[in-house]
Amino acid sequence: MAFKTVRNLIIAGGIAAASLTGIAIAAGGSGPADGYKMIHKHWHWSGVTGSYDVAAMQRGYNVYAQVCRSCHNLDHLAFRHLGDKGGPFYDEYYKNPNDNPLVKNIAAEYEVIDVNPEDGSEVSRPGIPADYFPPIYRNNAEAAYVNNGAVPPDLSVMVKARNNGADYMYNLLLAYSHPQPEGITLSTGQYYNPVMEGSKIAMPPQLQPQEGVFEYQSDTEGQNPPEATIEQMAADVTEFLAWSADPKLAVRKEAGLMSMVYLLILSVLLWLSYKRIWRRLKPSEG
Amino acid sequence: MSGHSTYEPKWAAARWMDQRLPIVRMGADFIMMPTPRNLNYWWTFGGILLLCLVIQIVTGVILGMHYVAHVDHAFDSVQRIRRDVPYGWLMQSTHAVGASMFFLAVYMHMFRGLYYGSYKAPREVLWIIGCLIYLVMMATAFLGYTLPWGQMSFWGATVITGFFGAVPVVGESLQQWLLGGYAVDNATLNRFYSLHYLLPFIIAALSGLHVWALHVTGSSNPIGVSNKVKTDTLPFHPYFTVKDMFAVAVFLMIFAFFLFYLPDALGHADNYIKADPLKTPPHIVPEWYFLPFYAILRAVPDKLAGILLMIGAIAVLFVLPWLDTSKVRSMRFRPIARWFFFIFVFFCFILGWCGAETPDDEAFLGLSFYRLSQISTLYYFAYFLVILPILGLIEDPKERPASITQSILDYGDKPEPEKVLAPAE
Repeated sequence: MAFKTVRNLIIAGGIAAASLTGIAIAAGGSGPADGYKMIHKHWHWSGVTGSYDVAAMQRGYNVYAQVCRSCHNLDHLAFRHLGDKGGPFYDEYYKNPNDNPLVKNIAAEYEVIDVNPEDGSEVSRPGIPADYFPPIYRNNAEAAYVNNGAVPPDLSVMVKARNNGADYMYNLLLAYSHPQPEGITLSTGQYYNPVMEGSKIAMPPQLQPQEGVFEYQSDTEGQNPPEATIEQMAADVTEFLAWSADPKLAVRKEAGLMSMVYLLILSVLLWLSYKRIWRRLKPSEG
Repeated sequence: MSGHSTYEPKWAAARWMDQRLPIVRMGADFIMMPTPRNLNYWWTFGGILLLCLVIQIVTGVILGMHYVAHVDHAFDSVQRIRRDVPYGWLMQSTHAVGASMFFLAVYMHMFRGLYYGSYKAPREVLWIIGCLIYLVMMATAFLGYTLPWGQMSFWGATVITGFFGAVPVVGESLQQWLLGGYAVDNATLNRFYSLHYLLPFIIAALSGLHVWALHVTGSSNPIGVSNKVKTDTLPFHPYFTVKDMFAVAVFLMIFAFFLFYLPDALGHADNYIKADPLKTPPHIVPEWYFLPFYAILRAVPDKLAGILLMIGAIAVLFVLPWLDTSKVRSMRFRPIARWFFFIFVFFCFILGWCGAETPDDEAFLGLSFYRLSQISTLYYFAYFLVILPILGLIEDPKERPASITQSILDYGDKPEPEKVLAPAE
């Protein structure tokens, strides 16, 4: 009887997990067009224990700040988030990210629009860690006007806003070189990109081998940052934006492991209690 | 089961209370309810569902403290909850994944009821209250999905409220009344939030009635033979409390797996894009638990007919106790109906698959999802309206054990043997 019930339980749990996973997979979108083969990278944060690579996130932030930032904002990110636990510039010594000098320096590189408390006029001041990344355009109309009608989307949750967001972003940045098939007509300001829905994108190719223009620098002596190839830059900025979309990933997985172990032990104990209590019913053994 | 009460107050204070408001007696009687001893794990989902409801209400109330129901701030406030509110990421994910888990458990619970004939006399009212709970659950889930104000929230709300526009004559005004305007907007979001907060308490009240009705009729059981002798039942506590707790722990493991490792797997990526009334997403797809009904909706070309079919798919559940003509509750003893039931479950999955895909796409062998959903819809209704009514009259059921006690003697569980002479019922 015990084996039968365990078997039934496993079957029920299996059906549940399988059907949910099936649904999850079925909900995934269609693949890219024109024979483009998606590169599926093994990301640092995949798997049960994986989490973001700090050096890669820091390099990724540099790519964002020097390339993406010219058009794309991070709406949901404050500078202080960069110094949060699990963030790219976290420092154990500064539990409060507002005190973190790296974060302070980064924030100060941005101009934030504020109100002069004395006369109510609009002033521009250097950012502080508590500020959010300031918007690049005053409004959507300006964003569209400057960018040929297409508003550059917010990037702070982008990796979550696409199916397999990390692979999507990495491939999108690299797919510009894929040969454009005949029969696709692009209007002005459009570029061919098979990863984009509809294969047409308003964003020009951003990452180019820029000898001497863009180099990864290392703050720590003796550390050799990788060469800033297109692939490397795409992977790094994806790592940074993946963190930005899911900053609690490391905390979540840690809590997950603890919870699963706890629940497993609890289940075993409850199973034993169940067997023990029900054994009272068998006069031969009781 | 109501009737005799075995509770005896042990302390003076308890006696004092018992003479004024016998609430402890009620609880004690509830928890000592004689329960069929042969219940299998399919019967643990009732307890699991209670836990699901509690989880949703607790996390929901906490989220409500941080959420801002305004079209300009709703999306951002959810992001703020996930990033800045202490353990907000946990509350938000638990609530979102919890909705899926709630439906997973409720579907298990319903399929169990369908297979073991739990809807048959004397449990018709119990079943109907259950159907009502399911209906309110669907409404609550739909309203809740609108609140994060992502693209799927907005366009899902637009599509669903659009159904009401298809009602003849009053449709348009009905739709405007529901939306509080001509389109889904701030007024809609506010009333959806208000109702999303209200309905779970209605579910809680209905669950109270559901459990009350259960305690009047007693649980059904896998062989569907009513309790006859004393050895047929065991007190709910401790035998079934401990068993339910074990099942709950296993269920929580599945819950935790999705919560901590695949928190977005059951949702839709588009909902991480802020709602944009000017930009329709390429595929508007409901949450997975609505997919079978979405497929039924799209199985006919006419909008109104589709809506009627979808409503009918749920309405048919309410009258099921009178559609199934068989006196035999459990499908274990219905050799033919059993297989029709398995096919029914299979087609429910197929409908879910159809709901997730584009109707014009090919499913397999040149069969489009549109046709596949038509075939599945046909079977769905045929199962309730044709197969169960007719089969009950012509099927020859297998011989049933005289009592629960009799049935479990074969399994090696040995209660005191007691001869049962009454025929199976």
